[in-house]
Amino acid sequence: MSKIVGGIFTSHVPGIGGAIAKGLQQDPYWKPFFDGFLPIHDWLAREKPDVAVVFYNDHGLNFFLDKMPTFAIGAASEYRHEDEGWGIAFDKPYPGAPELSWHIIETVVANEFDPVTCQAMLVDHAVAVPYELCWPDAPEFTTKLVPIAINTVQHPLPSPKRCLELGRTVGHALASWQGPEKIVVMGTGGLSHQLEGKRAGFLNKEFDHFCMDNIGPNPEALLKYDSLDIVELAGSQGVEILNWLAARGAMQGKVVELEANYHVPISNTAAATMLFENREKVTA
Amino acid sequence: MNASPGAMDAAKRQIDGTDPFDGELAMRGYALNAMCFSFNEAENREAFAQDEEGYMTRFGLTLEQKEAVRNRDVLGMLNAGGNVYYLAKLAGIFGLNVQDLGALQTGVSLDEFKANLLAQGETMRRSAA
Repeated sequence: MSKIVGGIFTSHVPGIGGAIAKGLQQDPYWKPFFDGFLPIHDWLAREKPDVAVVFYNDHGLNFFLDKMPTFAIGAASEYRHEDEGWGIAFDKPYPGAPELSWHIIETVVANEFDPVTCQAMLVDHAVAVPYELCWPDAPEFTTKLVPIAINTVQHPLPSPKRCLELGRTVGHALASWQGPEKIVVMGTGGLSHQLEGKRAGFLNKEFDHFCMDNIGPNPEALLKYDSLDIVELAGSQGVEILNWLAARGAMQGKVVELEANYHVPISNTAAATMLFENREKVTA
Repeated sequence: MNASPGAMDAAKRQIDGTDPFDGELAMRGYALNAMCFSFNEAENREAFAQDEEGYMTRFGLTLEQKEAVRNRDVLGMLNAGGNVYYLAKLAGIFGLNVQDLGALQTGVSLDEFKANLLAQGETMRRSAA
């Protein structure tokens, strides 16, 4: 039986990728953020998850506005990152888990979700940066990827409630998967930041702490806001917390916070990293 | 009842200093965003740098969009329907990152923009171990 061993939640600022490419992990500006991953490295070395189910948003690498899915699930045997316009392309491929992807697709569609399914899919920095952060020294990535993209780019966005429900349904799919894999779920993006307009540079530390304090024990606390409320509270791109909500929904049973790191600023972003253990065995 | 575009506008949520990228902006900005999407490929970035006007015309940019690009006017590009995720690819060609964009949009110097972020600096770490 498969088992969800935990959840990793992290910001995915493209500049982190640039810092990795330049080897700036010990630079005083970047170190407080990168140090947040040291306990995650230990945890990953101990748990050795076989699969990562990653909830993220595409920023214009795989999807353009000609066809913009609200939810999209990858079902490829391999994924790649490519140049997103600023010349950085991480070259290690991400092995896929297509059978598990199709099991997730079957389950969520049977539960009234209507995702786009992708047998060929590029993944952008919102997947690539977390993989680089989690496994910085891996000669090749061995943790298989199931990418699940949520539209946080073009309104109307799915509601926080819908994202949490999607995650819960993915969690049911993982619990009923008969394979032996150990699975980690990831939610990437956030926390508060806004790149555009007269409010560019906006941060909201109080709301960030509210999210970090509740995402583990009480994710429903976030459901009192709709997606535009979150845009107002966390900034246009802070709404990426939707990815965290979906990933949190995929964890069933007891969820215990092991690590949390919050560091302001990284580029224009209030950056955060959290690790949750999800030990309790759940019967499907 | 069918909602007219006017009715959509009337119902639009007002957020200070923020214009959520919705269907109306997505329609208005399609050509500009399509051009920026093409900049994922290095040879397209090069082609734009060689001949900005020709490249903009090839993608059918509106006069307003062309003028905003010519003037490196970020707020103008947003008003013309540009989405910041796509505009960031264009900005890269001009050697600008999102912090440069932030300074340009808020009318402060890059140093001031960075200082405003650093002034909110905080590091919080907690561990169950």
